[in-house]
Amino acid sequence: MNGTLMARIRGALLAPAIAVAVSVVVSSLALLISGNSPIAALRAMFDYVTTTASLVTIINRAAPLYVVSLGVAIGFKMNLFNIGADGQYRLAALIAAGASSAFSLPRPLHIAAVMIIATLVGAAWAAIPGILKVTRNVNEVISTIMLNYVATGVSAYLLVNYMRNDNVANVAETKSVPKSAQLPSLNGFFENFGFHFPRLSVLNGFLPIAILVGILFYLLIWRTRFGFDLRITGASPAAARSSGVSPKSMIVKTIMISGGLAGLAATGFLLTEFTKYNETFPLGLPFTGIAVALLGRNHPAGVALASFAWMGIEQASRGLLEEKIPPEISKILLGTLLISSVISFEVVRRRNLTQTIKHAAHAVPGGLSSGGPPPAEPTTTGATS
Amino acid sequence: MTAATEILPIMPPAPRTALTAKFMALSPGLRALVATGLGLFALSITRIVAGADDLTSGNTLIATLATAAPIIAVALGGLFSERAGVANIGLEGMMVLGTWFAAFAGWQWGPWAALAGGVFGGMLGGLLHALATVTFGVDQIVSGVAINFIAPGVARFLSSEIFVGKGANNEGTISSSPNIADPMGRFSIPGLSGLLKDIDQKRWFFVSDLAGVLRAFVDQMAWSTLIILLLIPISIYILWRTPFGLRLRSVGEKPSAAESLGVAVYRLKYISVMISGGLAGLGGAWLVVNVRQYNEGQTAGRGFLGLAALIFGNWQPIGVALGAVLFSYGISLQQAIGTKPIKALYLFIAAAFLAICLFVVFGRRSKVAALGLAVAAGGLYAYYLNTDEVASQITYITPYVIVLVVITFASTRSRPPASVGVPWRKGQST
Repeated sequence: MNGTLMARIRGALLAPAIAVAVSVVVSSLALLISGNSPIAALRAMFDYVTTTASLVTIINRAAPLYVVSLGVAIGFKMNLFNIGADGQYRLAALIAAGASSAFSLPRPLHIAAVMIIATLVGAAWAAIPGILKVTRNVNEVISTIMLNYVATGVSAYLLVNYMRNDNVANVAETKSVPKSAQLPSLNGFFENFGFHFPRLSVLNGFLPIAILVGILFYLLIWRTRFGFDLRITGASPAAARSSGVSPKSMIVKTIMISGGLAGLAATGFLLTEFTKYNETFPLGLPFTGIAVALLGRNHPAGVALASFAWMGIEQASRGLLEEKIPPEISKILLGTLLISSVISFEVVRRRNLTQTIKHAAHAVPGGLSSGGPPPAEPTTTGATS
Repeated sequence: MTAATEILPIMPPAPRTALTAKFMALSPGLRALVATGLGLFALSITRIVAGADDLTSGNTLIATLATAAPIIAVALGGLFSERAGVANIGLEGMMVLGTWFAAFAGWQWGPWAALAGGVFGGMLGGLLHALATVTFGVDQIVSGVAINFIAPGVARFLSSEIFVGKGANNEGTISSSPNIADPMGRFSIPGLSGLLKDIDQKRWFFVSDLAGVLRAFVDQMAWSTLIILLLIPISIYILWRTPFGLRLRSVGEKPSAAESLGVAVYRLKYISVMISGGLAGLGGAWLVVNVRQYNEGQTAGRGFLGLAALIFGNWQPIGVALGAVLFSYGISLQQAIGTKPIKALYLFIAAAFLAICLFVVFGRRSKVAALGLAVAAGGLYAYYLNTDEVASQITYITPYVIVLVVITFASTRSRPPASVGVPWRKGQST
């Protein structure tokens, strides 16, 4: 028992280890070719990233990224590719920003109301590709990509014509989110335990929400009927249908949850550092979320690690400037990390599968090789664990 | 055609009138020609009713063709890869690699080298996609998404190393390349282009519109655009008239059957995906040559538009090219000409919806669809009457909405190659 557990842990760590090794080697080569020292780069990145201020920034950025990535991940779980998190997140950010100043409530309720609005906007926008897929058989990859452009145009239109703060002349931006809807800082809470934050370093209050979403995600996928149906539909739509699951309703529900999480993620910035929607609002997050979901193998723990690592590497690359090393090397590092991990996950998965088949063949008297069809391989991205 | 009936889900045949049956019996090329002619005729009526001459003027159509060229290249790229059974959502990333390498080659050796450089850069992306999906069996969408991530990072890193501060006026930066010294040549057919221009400017009903379309092909066309347009018949020839094309398509339909007949499936997939990347890179190179510079974000989602054109065209070269032209028409109306023709376009779309609605009613198809179309047509017409100028944000989304609507209505008849998206291993029985 202990042996198999160790084997499982080894198996789980093998793929990420290969991926990290490959990406470090490739990035080091790129640095060497461009005449920089990889050791100096690593040292600069490490020194920069291990300050409290850096860690706080990483957590502040990683928490919303985590939520949006889980949204993408839940789609991946059933082979549904929601490339449209971008549009869902963008519209949710704008409409939640505009709506938050339109009404007032006491603090916790106001925060909850704005978060619910953002979630509903994201879910509603995501429902469009879901409905198109189940009624008209429209590929969700294409429809979500198109809807991203549409969301960009619609949000610009709404901002200029309906949600703009008229007191600001030159910039199109919404009013600030009222204080009663802003998430409190966590500095006070952690200072109770003896932590000391540097000046101007504020730990945002979205972190507990991200953690809560992660726990709920785990419970939903692995501890509920819905999650079971979802995993079955991902692994084999035919099997799901014959066991009484309606793939159509699963598709619409799942993509709406996915969009809802993208919308909720927007409040991670909107109700903390960026209290209004304008040009500077961080809009690139959902795109990164796709990569993070892939890196984290669609598992809440893996995605948490991946969001932290991704933002960690981005933050660390700022330390390279002092050493006159181009910080763009982080893009090479992250890109190779992504492709080498999807490849190594696949290779390791395949290796484990053949080993399982071999063991099974030994267990059966006479072996399996004497006839019968080879066992079908489960599809990728979805069916782990 | 028994294979097709096995693969397709059972659907009741759509009721057809005698006219549509005749139309569907035509060859794809003729069908495209008839459809284009009818569309032009309707646009011609619209422009007269709405008083928006630019809706079909030669200038608009020249702009359309120019916008369409890179999208056609990318879409043909998608065609080669998907016909061989490899979904290629990484076209956008391959296009980005194409733009960077085109800029480098163009800066060093001129515009023709830029085209070659673009093809090379795109092929690198294709090679990576083939390595991941064919050799290692990674999910094709996942690999494509990853390539879309890596490409801009690679381009930016390379720019930071190679472009910064270079060029005649030190114009190279981390996000833009040094200028390409010479422009790509243009050609006109002397005499004919002048004649067509005259007729075009008379703005006679239909005749001038037709002249405008023809003029777009013979007046001041860049060689790079011509090359891409010639790739349409070349692709048709390769895919449908050569043994290589037959093998490629058979791999896309049923790889194990192809393998059993001795086709080297892996090698063929590698070649197809690299051609795919090369074509996407060529599309990127077209953009670079057009403005004689690489700029970060230059592709602006054209790789995805190419994918949409591929689906719109039902994985057939002519349909794919028509799709690209249709989207480009929406984009170029907005960019080159301004808001008035876009307003007229709404009238046109309203009329088209109404026509389809009548067709649906007489064909005794879904009442819901007819009702939806009628409501949409009425809404668009009301919008047309009540606006003087379409907001720029709304014109921005027009082509994408058109793509969505068209795909929504065309998707039930769409017929992708059967093995697209399915990882296939050597010796696999299904």
